[in-house]
Amino acid sequence: MSLRALPRLTLALMAVPVLAGLAGTLMPAFADGATAFRDLAAWPGLPRASALSLGTGLASTAVALGLCLAILAALYGSPAFDRIRRLLAPLLAVPHAAAALGLAFLIAPSGWIARALSPWATGWTSPPDLLILNDPWGLSLTAGLIAKELPFLLLMALSSLAATDPERRLTTAASLGYGRASGFLLTILPALYRQLRLPVYAVLTYAMTVVDMALILGPTLPPTLSQQVVNWQMAPSLTSQNLAAAGAVLQLALVLFALTLWRMAEIAARALLIRWAMSGHRAAALDRPVRRFALFAATLLAGALFAGLAAQALWSVAADWRFSDALPASLSLAAWRTALPDLAPATARTIAIAVAATLAALALALGCLEAEARHGLRATPRAMMLLYLPLLVPQVVFLPGLQTLALAAKLEGNWIAVAAAHVVFVLPYVFLSLSQPFRNLDPRLAIAARALGATEARIFWQMRLPLLLAPVLTAFAVGMAVSVGLYLPTLLLGGGRVTTLTTEAVALSSGGNRRIIGSFALLQLLLPALCFWIALALPRIVWRHRRRMLA
Amino acid sequence: MQRRDFGRLLAGLALSPALAGKTFAAEWDSLLSAARGQTVYWHAWGGDPKINAFIAWVGEQAQSRYGVTLEQVKLAATTDAVSRVQAEKAAGQTSGGAVDLIWINGENFAAMKSAGLLFGPFAQGLPNWPLVDTKGKPATVTDFTLPTDGFESPWAMAQLVFEYDSAQVKDAPQTLDALGEWITANPGRFTYPQPPDYLGTTFLKQVLYGTMPDPALLQMPVDDAAYPAQTAPLWAFLDRIHPALWRQGRAFPANEPALGQLLADGETFLSFAFNPGRASAEIAAGNLADTIRTFTLQGGTIGNASFVAIPFNAAHPEGAQVIANLLLDPEVQARAQDPGVLGFQTVLDLQALAPEDKSRFDALDLGIATLPPEALGPALLEPHSSWMTRLSADWVTRYGVAP
Repeated sequence: MSLRALPRLTLALMAVPVLAGLAGTLMPAFADGATAFRDLAAWPGLPRASALSLGTGLASTAVALGLCLAILAALYGSPAFDRIRRLLAPLLAVPHAAAALGLAFLIAPSGWIARALSPWATGWTSPPDLLILNDPWGLSLTAGLIAKELPFLLLMALSSLAATDPERRLTTAASLGYGRASGFLLTILPALYRQLRLPVYAVLTYAMTVVDMALILGPTLPPTLSQQVVNWQMAPSLTSQNLAAAGAVLQLALVLFALTLWRMAEIAARALLIRWAMSGHRAAALDRPVRRFALFAATLLAGALFAGLAAQALWSVAADWRFSDALPASLSLAAWRTALPDLAPATARTIAIAVAATLAALALALGCLEAEARHGLRATPRAMMLLYLPLLVPQVVFLPGLQTLALAAKLEGNWIAVAAAHVVFVLPYVFLSLSQPFRNLDPRLAIAARALGATEARIFWQMRLPLLLAPVLTAFAVGMAVSVGLYLPTLLLGGGRVTTLTTEAVALSSGGNRRIIGSFALLQLLLPALCFWIALALPRIVWRHRRRMLA
Repeated sequence: MQRRDFGRLLAGLALSPALAGKTFAAEWDSLLSAARGQTVYWHAWGGDPKINAFIAWVGEQAQSRYGVTLEQVKLAATTDAVSRVQAEKAAGQTSGGAVDLIWINGENFAAMKSAGLLFGPFAQGLPNWPLVDTKGKPATVTDFTLPTDGFESPWAMAQLVFEYDSAQVKDAPQTLDALGEWITANPGRFTYPQPPDYLGTTFLKQVLYGTMPDPALLQMPVDDAAYPAQTAPLWAFLDRIHPALWRQGRAFPANEPALGQLLADGETFLSFAFNPGRASAEIAAGNLADTIRTFTLQGGTIGNASFVAIPFNAAHPEGAQVIANLLLDPEVQARAQDPGVLGFQTVLDLQALAPEDKSRFDALDLGIATLPPEALGPALLEPHSSWMTRLSADWVTRYGVAP
């Protein structure tokens, strides 16, 4: 097989499981005429569940994108931004379930904040009867989604920012009297957003259809639509299976509707930006408030995530922690001892699956990029769309169908099947984090190497790959983080037999034992964090005598 | 139908030792040798670390006694396993299925049995079956009014008990009316898991037992014509207490452990569980304050049994039967009843046990919060499963979709 065909093959690898799964899920919806849809319409929670899905998805995506742009506009290039950049990797590594559990530990009426402030400031001797978690408006869920999506959007923005040549644009804008923020919005944003559009769509889809976070933070009377679809899927009767399929169709339609709304907002925003540019307002006074707001929001969100994780760590070793004590009265390793027999094999399996899936994804991504470089291919917008397909089609819509197909082909229920399914989700992220550094390599280097007689293979192995050591390791860590955090694909393709840290953590979270949940969530977080740390440390060791390679 | 009758006949034979004792022992021996080396995948709810640890211990016993490996597949809900078997049947997989054994009862059992998704009958063929107290504990052979017919084997008894913090609650309410008054007098300190959760629906059925004019009708399927009048007092009771529930009834805990966590956190003062030994076990584990005590309502509380069943297409039905039999072993049952381990009630007839086995139970210290068996009060039979379905659907319509 020639390398030239690899990009197409890879796209097929992405698209076929998604489309096949989609068909497998949607068929039952139309199995007996419109009965399933009539039953769906008869469910009294439908309007509210749909509104929740739309509302939490749109609000969290809009706020996360706004914060991301505010941080870039106000802080890019400043020392504060370097601190944020260093925090990105560990924040990205936090699996969604762990982030949600951490937030719940923090903000619940019996959570850490209330404990720290009670009774001296609040007068509470027992937890107040306040509806904070699972609030009917989905505010906790929205907050959790924002905290988790912001680092991802920032990372995506950073990887494409360099290509827009921001320093020169900002300098030009500044010399014309524009402020930092207005200069960023008018000169960089238009070019940047073209690159950021697909990641934003992926975030919107994910936020509208998330299951594990909604299970922990979201409303329950009724739950969000995607959670209700999963509830129906898990119910034993056949009619509820058809109902679930009909719900999945509606979910898909809702996502398409939200994407359309978003697209219209993009067009409106574009018109506004053009009007602003034409008006010539310099808006230099904007800088100070935007800067303050960005710093405040970034600190708050990062602080909440880290405090939530600290709360989990503390709970995992707490022996006796009654309400209104700010800290446990005594510590014990009992939870870790109880969990250890399950933790060890689950950790080993999680690592095996993540390494297999990430290595496969890395090989495919490098192969595609190398094919681009050698044969002068270019990734078309349509190809990018296909690459993003697994992130744009809601998981609850295509995974059940994929499970049925895999079951019929007897290809599920073992860790290899799970790893194969993970590749579909890991590859887009790996490709995205790798493509920019790869394409930014100076093409003249390869020309010089060819002029010296190097073969294409030698150029790849001895020149490109060493130059890309740091980005490849980062892509590997991103892939590991994605794979470790995957819940629904692991559950469905593993047939319940393949347990990972994430499936264990979510199963345990239904039981509410904070000590055990804390220990699993902590390990779930530790694995990707370790990979990110290696990605940072290894290049420093390998290139310790070649300082310019670290630049 | 014919096969089932034949199976019943076989099971009947097993119960008359004079007829078939010897051949049956030989049959069990051949089953044991077939089971040796098998890995049994037991799909069981995995939300409680204590239960997981107990199942792991059973696995050690199975390994050392019979050479059978036991793997617990931890589920967030039993329906995951049921839909799994359903999916396999839909995909035409009639053997070598992923599920060997399911912890099951009630609605899920009814669904699987009626859809022909179960292997059996096998329960009466287990060597430990004669020890089961089928007379004194009719719930061991009747699962939500549905005869088990040997398609599932019991392994634990449960009964609804109320738990309260004696440091906060001076006089525990002994009747349903008193409970209602206590709830309205102490806003925010009581709640129940959100139906269709199992324990939440059990609470509805318990209230129904106390409000229906003739609770005996609960043993029959729901009568559509009479249903609205029969349940009106139940909804009136809920309408009365909801504004005074935890979070004013605008959110509910997801399940039994989440409800227990609220009591442990001091968010609620009065709670309930489907396990009379839970409070003592949690106190022993340091998760619950030692001021927690338990009580039951006058007139009794709902009780039922937990079962294991084997899917029709299980890959290792022999190993699964060995596990089902091991779960009825007096040593295993006594361990399950130890409040430091699980605090589940045994399904065995203690009078039928050999003296050394009976002494295992006599030696148990029930714990600080557990009522002695004679103080538990009568165990009310589970209503017909149609009540559970109907009640939880109506609850969702009434309370499950409003902000």
